[in-house]
Amino acid sequence: MSEYNTFSLQSAAELLASKEASSEELTQAVINSIKVRDPELGGYLSLDEEGALAQARAADERRSSGEAGVLLGIPIAVKDLLNVEGQPCGCASRMLEGYVAPYDATAIARLREAGAVFLGRSNMDEFAMGSTTENSAYQVTRNPWDRTRVAGGSSGGAAAVVAANEAIAALGSDTGGSIRQPASFCGCVGLKPSYGRISRYGLTAFASSLDQIGPLTKTVADAAILTAEMAGVDPMDSTSLDADVPDYLAGFTDRLDGVTLGLPTEYFAAGIEPEVTALVHQAVAAAKELGASVKEVSLPHTEYAIATYYIIATAEASANLARFDGMRYGSRHSDGTDPISLYKASRQAGFGPEVKRRIILGTFVLSSGYHDAYYGSAQKVRTLIRQDFSAAFEGCDALISPVAPTPALAIGDGAGDPLKAYLNDILTVPANLAGLCGLSLPCGLTKAGLPVGVQLLAPPLGESVILRIGHALEQVLMVPSYESRGVHE
Amino acid sequence: MSKYKTNVGLEVHVQLRTQTKMFCGCAAEYGAEPNTNVCPVCLGYPGAMPVLNQKAIESTLIAGLMIGCDINLFSKWDRKSYFYPDMPKNYQITQYDLPLCLNGGVDIEVNGIAKRIRVNRIHLEEDVGKSTHFGSSSGVDYNRAGVPLMEIVSEPDMESADEVLAYLVALRQIMLYAGVSDCDLERGNMRCDVNTSVRLADSETLGTKTEIKNMNTFRGAHAALSYEQSRQMGVLDEGGAIVQSTIRWDPEAGRTELMRTKEDADDYRYFPEPDLLPVTFTEAYVQALREKLPELPAGRRERFIRDYLLPDYDAGVLVSDKALADYYEAVVATGVSAKLASNWVMTEVLRVLGEENIEISSFSVPAKELASLVAMVEAKEVNSNSAKDIFGVMLAEGGEPREIAESKGKLQVSDDGLIVGFVEQAISGNAKAASDYQAGEEKAITFLVGQVMRFSKGQANPEVALRILKEKLDA
Repeated sequence: MSEYNTFSLQSAAELLASKEASSEELTQAVINSIKVRDPELGGYLSLDEEGALAQARAADERRSSGEAGVLLGIPIAVKDLLNVEGQPCGCASRMLEGYVAPYDATAIARLREAGAVFLGRSNMDEFAMGSTTENSAYQVTRNPWDRTRVAGGSSGGAAAVVAANEAIAALGSDTGGSIRQPASFCGCVGLKPSYGRISRYGLTAFASSLDQIGPLTKTVADAAILTAEMAGVDPMDSTSLDADVPDYLAGFTDRLDGVTLGLPTEYFAAGIEPEVTALVHQAVAAAKELGASVKEVSLPHTEYAIATYYIIATAEASANLARFDGMRYGSRHSDGTDPISLYKASRQAGFGPEVKRRIILGTFVLSSGYHDAYYGSAQKVRTLIRQDFSAAFEGCDALISPVAPTPALAIGDGAGDPLKAYLNDILTVPANLAGLCGLSLPCGLTKAGLPVGVQLLAPPLGESVILRIGHALEQVLMVPSYESRGVHE
Repeated sequence: MSKYKTNVGLEVHVQLRTQTKMFCGCAAEYGAEPNTNVCPVCLGYPGAMPVLNQKAIESTLIAGLMIGCDINLFSKWDRKSYFYPDMPKNYQITQYDLPLCLNGGVDIEVNGIAKRIRVNRIHLEEDVGKSTHFGSSSGVDYNRAGVPLMEIVSEPDMESADEVLAYLVALRQIMLYAGVSDCDLERGNMRCDVNTSVRLADSETLGTKTEIKNMNTFRGAHAALSYEQSRQMGVLDEGGAIVQSTIRWDPEAGRTELMRTKEDADDYRYFPEPDLLPVTFTEAYVQALREKLPELPAGRRERFIRDYLLPDYDAGVLVSDKALADYYEAVVATGVSAKLASNWVMTEVLRVLGEENIEISSFSVPAKELASLVAMVEAKEVNSNSAKDIFGVMLAEGGEPREIAESKGKLQVSDDGLIVGFVEQAISGNAKAASDYQAGEEKAITFLVGQVMRFSKGQANPEVALRILKEKLDA
């Protein structure tokens, strides 16, 4: 059997362009891999085997009629909160059990136009609330490198299936680190584009001012390719940015001469596991080798980021998730005759504990008498955090830091102490609060063989900067590949 | 004189007339099959996002400028959260602290006393779906969900039910003149919440208010307020206190009933809508809108008096209905006498509208054809009785007035050569009347004119008949 499933997006595109293999063969290889590996991994909530193969054949026909394109016939996984017409869009929640998307998200429509093949739905924390994918209402996704550990989250399924070669690439969403952190835990590349870079139309909203769609891929170049295809202004999303989409690959270089990287002091403070810090410092050293200069910078309001984030995100979520009431779609439960009891019963049965916790928290921080103290203050601090970054970026092109304080945690480790789990988001949420772009790429393995990622942050619309730096680092960091880890199914 | 004073403030919801809804491309039309003008956005499906309707924003600015509002050059959108089946997202996108328009006013007149009712603000929001209850179940039609809705909030400046009615009538008239809404009450284009408080006449501070929700007729608002102010006075008379509350008008029972008190009022948890950017305008844009504003009814009334030399009363009646005034001006535009045209519209047209209980928009005679008839009267081609007959035919069968006049033989004859024959016929057949006249009995000649009209089947010009009769008999 072919090992096309292990191909990067770029290699797979070359394979298809050379007509050495068809999209149908490539897609079949990926499906075979899913069938072998996913029962143990739990990365997919559902696989649309027939649909994917039909899309692959359609892509092959387009190619034989003369069409080309890097995404034509490339099979990808989609996080369960992005609408793909005709496929389930359940957000890993009982609330949306049986719900089938009636339309394509803009990002999906653009990829469909480019010929991408949508394999199925990747697992996630319910409504993207969590950082381990343990909050899925259906299953835990296991870390491909160590099945006793989590894949991270909330895009844990997407990261795991890309890392384990059960997809050529995947789409996730990042509200406070939900692409970057699972990418770090699973050893793949994850890009959170700048706020507004990719239309959110069709992305089931968690926190509208923070959410962003992004790719999880095997290489930095693959992330650039998917982002370029999805990016650009969309009349259906008023917050999408009206800015040209650069040719990211054209800017790629092997050297980093003239690049200044900032090391945020607060991101290397106590609480970061020494092994993580050591691996990130190796990446910093590698950047210097490539010609980059490095300086320390300060982001003084970092300590308030978690509180700020959990107020704003939950406030927005409390309204965004109000529509899930059992009335027009999704699962309905009723133990009474009036609408309010139907809402209560449906939401009681439909939402898991973490989602309920956040809705209640968000409702509280917006309620009369508390609104100014919580929501109002959080908005002010958000401005201060944004200003911290503006000041830091005056002296450097990008920031470099760990993605998360630890490698992948053991399954069940975070249960019972949600506040402690929230604190683990400290290195990723500030970028969402400030609308920055952030890239997570593998920088090495711990002694226990767990992947660790390094994070690169740039100002809004600075994707070309971090993709270029990430690509150069990727060439020299020599992180062992998943298939070479010496384990065989 | 009552020992109490009443203060009323209104929140009037006016549905804007736009092609599409406030935040999506669905048609905003009325009367389509239920749940056919819907999409993921107005049904609140996962992932759907709102996009602003620029036309609705412009209409709101025009409405605001028409009542003298200041325009906020920076305005934003907020979410108002509450759970109800007619609200697909369970939050409404509205404007909380930075509405589009601020500080306007509407002039009213009650019993000859003029007064200005201040308007605090106008904001723009989305309408909700329409609930229908069928015995044991309920249905919601989401065609209306997302239709642009202005909320015009007045200060508590109205002091009687008649002032409330006058305000609503004046506001409706202005909105119709602005061309921003059909203001069709039967279709729910205009609905209001009535905030009422009473206080001792010598007290400076307003009393505790109640809010009567969702009145959809002006008569209902008048009746509900009349009831509510008496109820509140009754409570105070008995030494009680008014509880701040939301109430409902029961038109069958003719009384208000409690919905909820302030204690269990909804907490709407407003916060800025993160899916929409704030809207900003330049002074130049607002100025350009201001310069293109339609005429206000009061201005039109003055113009009618000045340019058409109409009596104050006629001008008032005509401008009270924009479409009627437009019809009248279309008649006048053909060059006929403005006063004669006014007589026809005021008497004949309004009579028909009243008898048939229709609006001018459904009136069957086009302005151009009425103008032809008026022109024929003015040129004395038909006399006024014949003109009314012709008008009757135009209503019943349609047709061009001159053709009707010709085919029915209604054209007036002023030619001496033709009339002289009828005159001779009248004199020879009524020798007594002729000699009475010649003997000095002036009145006898009126009888002879009538005879000429009879012989000519009404077509003879009576003035010409009179002149020829006198020529014959005085000779």
